[in-house]
Amino acid sequence: MKTIDDAVAASVPPPSGMHDDEALLRPRRRRSLMRRVLANWSVRIGGAVLLILILMAIFAPWLGTIDPQVMDPANGNLLPGTRAEFMTLAGDTFNHLYIMGSDSLGRDIWSRTLYGARISITVGLAVAMLAVFVGILIGLLAGYFRRLDGVIMRIMDGVMAIPGILFAISLVALFGGTLTTVIVAIAIPEIPRVARLLRSVVLTVREEPYVEAAIALDTPTWKVLLRHILPNAVAPLIIQGTFVCAAAILVEAILSFLGVGLPSEMATWGNIMADGRAQFNQYPHGVLLPGIFLSLTVLAVNIFGDGLRDVLDPKFNKRGGEA
Amino acid sequence: MTLQTTVASSVLSIDDLTISLPAGADRRHAVRHVSFDVAPGKVVCLVGESGSGKSVIAGAVMGLLPDEVRPLAGSIKLQGEELIGASSDKLRRLRGTSMAMVFQEPMTALNPVMTCGAQVDEMLSQHVAMTPALRKARILEIFRHVKLPDPERVFASYPHQLSGGQRQRIVIAIALILKPALLICDEPTTALDVTTQAEILRLILELQNEHGTAVLFITHDFGVVAEIADEVVVLQLGDMVEKGSKLDVLTKPREAYTRMLLGAVPELSAPQRPPLGDAAPLLDVRDLCKTYKTGSWPGRRRLVQAVRGISLSIRPGETLGIVGESGSGKSTVARCIARLIDPTSGDILSGGHSFARQDVKHLSALRRLVQVIFQDPYRSLNPRQTVGASIIEGPVNFGVPREQAWARAEELMTLVRLSPDALRRYPSEFSGGQRQRISIARALACEPKVLIADEAVSALDVSVQAQILDLLADIQQRLSIGILFITHDLRVASQICDRVIVMSQGEVVEQGEIKDVFFAPRHAYTKTLLAAAPGQGFSFGGTA
Amino acid sequence: MFVLLARRILATVPVLVIVALIVFLMLRLAPGDPAAVIVGNSGTSADIARVRAQLGLDASLPVQFAHWVGQLAHGNLGESYFMKMKVTDLIAQRIEPTVSLSALTLVITILLAIPLGVVAAWRHGGWLDRLLMGFSVLGFSIPSFVIGYLMIWAFALHWHWFPTQGYVRFNDGFWGWLHHLVLPAITLSIIYVALIARVTRAAVAEALTEDYIRTARAKGVSELRVLLRHALANAAIPIATVIGIGVALLIGGVVVTETVFAIPGLGQLTVDAVLSRDFPLIQAITLFFSVIYVIINLLVDLSYLVLDPRVRY
Repeated sequence: MKTIDDAVAASVPPPSGMHDDEALLRPRRRRSLMRRVLANWSVRIGGAVLLILILMAIFAPWLGTIDPQVMDPANGNLLPGTRAEFMTLAGDTFNHLYIMGSDSLGRDIWSRTLYGARISITVGLAVAMLAVFVGILIGLLAGYFRRLDGVIMRIMDGVMAIPGILFAISLVALFGGTLTTVIVAIAIPEIPRVARLLRSVVLTVREEPYVEAAIALDTPTWKVLLRHILPNAVAPLIIQGTFVCAAAILVEAILSFLGVGLPSEMATWGNIMADGRAQFNQYPHGVLLPGIFLSLTVLAVNIFGDGLRDVLDPKFNKRGGEA
Repeated sequence: MTLQTTVASSVLSIDDLTISLPAGADRRHAVRHVSFDVAPGKVVCLVGESGSGKSVIAGAVMGLLPDEVRPLAGSIKLQGEELIGASSDKLRRLRGTSMAMVFQEPMTALNPVMTCGAQVDEMLSQHVAMTPALRKARILEIFRHVKLPDPERVFASYPHQLSGGQRQRIVIAIALILKPALLICDEPTTALDVTTQAEILRLILELQNEHGTAVLFITHDFGVVAEIADEVVVLQLGDMVEKGSKLDVLTKPREAYTRMLLGAVPELSAPQRPPLGDAAPLLDVRDLCKTYKTGSWPGRRRLVQAVRGISLSIRPGETLGIVGESGSGKSTVARCIARLIDPTSGDILSGGHSFARQDVKHLSALRRLVQVIFQDPYRSLNPRQTVGASIIEGPVNFGVPREQAWARAEELMTLVRLSPDALRRYPSEFSGGQRQRISIARALACEPKVLIADEAVSALDVSVQAQILDLLADIQQRLSIGILFITHDLRVASQICDRVIVMSQGEVVEQGEIKDVFFAPRHAYTKTLLAAAPGQGFSFGGTA
Repeated sequence: MFVLLARRILATVPVLVIVALIVFLMLRLAPGDPAAVIVGNSGTSADIARVRAQLGLDASLPVQFAHWVGQLAHGNLGESYFMKMKVTDLIAQRIEPTVSLSALTLVITILLAIPLGVVAAWRHGGWLDRLLMGFSVLGFSIPSFVIGYLMIWAFALHWHWFPTQGYVRFNDGFWGWLHHLVLPAITLSIIYVALIARVTRAAVAEALTEDYIRTARAKGVSELRVLLRHALANAAIPIATVIGIGVALLIGGVVVTETVFAIPGLGQLTVDAVLSRDFPLIQAITLFFSVIYVIINLLVDLSYLVLDPRVRY
């Protein structure tokens, strides 16, 4: 007859003191955590590219840009690198270098791209923070309180069953295309992933002997959660947050590209590319150049996240974290 | 070379072997200048504590070492052929046909998605040319040989459908099916129950006798060594300390280290224990039951009775042991008493209060009374907080101000024979034995009347184990606390318990004083348990 | 065994209910009168009243929900407001291109991703591993429409190997069908291959650290067999899981890819529906795709019965 003891005895790994190899191969000194994070090449490269992009976005007004929204139809569809006379509606003219060319309405793509970076990065960060915050709450409840677990996870499964882009599209279509609604619409499909990650961390850590010991020491539940369980979740959450940020930037671009995101006057990368669509066969720069910027940003965030994961939590993927 | 020479020469010949470790490890070499031989039909036991390098030697022979760990010097000869530097093809051909290995963990040694029959078949199809029908017949034959019940069924089943002991038999079957000249066993019975262990040891000896296999047996358990060894090699941190015949090494050890090790091995005896007063019991457990419901709709709901009506009591200064194999329910009893899980029925009384029925919020009083020391020293301390923070956690929960709690923690560190300065360090800076002492300090910080030690020394090396048992006895004497000592190791129980309860399948089989239960057992199960303990009747160490 | 099957199938019901609830509530909870939202700016109050009656909006929410679910149970997904057609007919019209594209993508993905992942895990930490994983991150980060346009620019506009857009029905000729699908399928597979290759690599690398691999090597089994019969066989379970979950990515990608390559499938239908604010259609398509996702994951779930013997017994 199988009993619980049997199952427990079978599932607990052998006490570490017994394995020769472990005792021999365990290195003695480890550099401080921050040093190791900064020494990782993925973190360095991804972080550096991100930093440059953020700086470019912040200092956009000083980097050879003009107002991203002003149009000059006479200068439509100029190739990258053209210098031309720009005439504003008021009648003033000035000489301007179209670094990345212009779209069909004569708007400077370089300016639009740089200002668009502000929006994309803001959206990425905001979505990441929102999704992580809500995900933590849900994941904690589901992981620690058995009775809530079933219901909560079913709801999360339901949300996950609706493909993220469709969900975001529907929400934006229904609730309007403002910055807030776009952020919320993109965040909602990302929440289940974070919740599952946190829940899986809570479920595994809850079984650790030191958590049992804390309970035996009469530690109140909130303290057990805060002091013993949550610290294990910090690293995976940061990493997942990075990946959510990357996904959010992509989704926002897709939404704008399809015409269901932020209003088309706003210069977001998706909008720029949507505008360039019609002329693509003749003037591909309108889509490809902003596209490269977008890809570079998302790539940098993903590489950064990969680096963080390798240093902070190599078992990330096993916990159910997803890039 | 005459036939006589080949027969008499060793199967395995290790000469001045030195194996390096990668940079950043505890030391430069895993093993240094180790030499010994294993002759056909003989069992050589490689003994040592954790970190001694015994598993590395096994890995080196089989050619299964990770890339960073490499033999630097010396030679390993298998039937005259040099293994160091041999091509991977050659090594692969030798594995299974000339040398085979049995590992420690039977639960994870087999591929979960292949049938057992297929896994044994793989060994055959890799090395010999036989038709499938012939292979199957051979496999069934060896299944019978290793005493597996119902070989046909086992052939078609998956590993998760078999018990640990049965899986280990399959691993042995895989190892021996091609009748290799050398069998290496790396702690093959450590993870098994003592009765299963006895069976497996017997099996290995039988098979060895039949085929004249040379056996290199790695273990840390001197009882097992006494049971099966012909020769013994003692390792300490990679150095060969002593080697010789079993009788020489175990009864007339030459080196101090060997003597120290043997001195630490607990004997199955009933030492004189300090007399107990007549005080009222600290803890009185009556008819405790724990039933689990498993299975979910629409399958049948099964009731598993982990604990069926156990009663016990502990007086001040008394150590009560609960012994049993895995699945006996002993851990469940401990956790019910500590109210880490809820008992289904029965009562837990102390100082007039009943604790069995109270819901979780009112258990503070019990927590001050009963504290637990857990089995795994590497997982029972929160790695992210200092050792001091862990120790003061209990008192702070009970309302003691921090400075006072910290002062008390310093006292306790001295009591458990560690430096009070170490309070600001993290658990990763301590060894297993030291961490277990910290756990004891943490438990004592709550000023409990009863300590529950749930296999608290099972994960420790034998020398460290002796120190911890000594410490517990010392503390008990000073503080007059009661100890509930859960273990599967009868020898350890006999050393520190006053009374003992033997459990099997959730029930109490026998209980009483050590001298009665262990030396005049009445129940058949107790007798089986005692008979299975390896190396009995062997007195270790001899003269100091 | 059948009990297990029944249990798995039954387990999808709560999820489907939640999906239906979410889709239903989205429209009902949006600001403004749903009927006015549907009719849009160009309608009159008479139109609004008509739509209200049609959708039964005057009844209470639970009654509306029950009514709607009842309709769904009869296979009635409602009617598109703008195209004046039943949604089921619309879907039937557009489903072939989407299925063709998805099927081809799936085939390409599995044929490419799993071997790549296995090789990367085998040469863990080596240059091949890093190269493959580098490509994988790229595939992940470049949005599919950018890849699509790059493909068109390079292979259609520049080298004229493939058409820039459009779709040829299967019945109208196999080669035409294939020719038009190559670029879109490659575009779509890139992100899917990236995902599956990463997961395969992680799962196989993880499996290679398990004890049974050591036992297999101790038997003298060849490295190839260890990799395939032991490591990959055990990694199959997490890999199948991710293939199922990745379908959500695939569906999103289909919407974008069909738009870029002007393929008249369900993805295009979705975009058209959104651009014309055709809410009954948006709702119905979202529901449809979600159900497909649930069914595919159910199939993955059932595949465990084959892949993992521990599940059966």
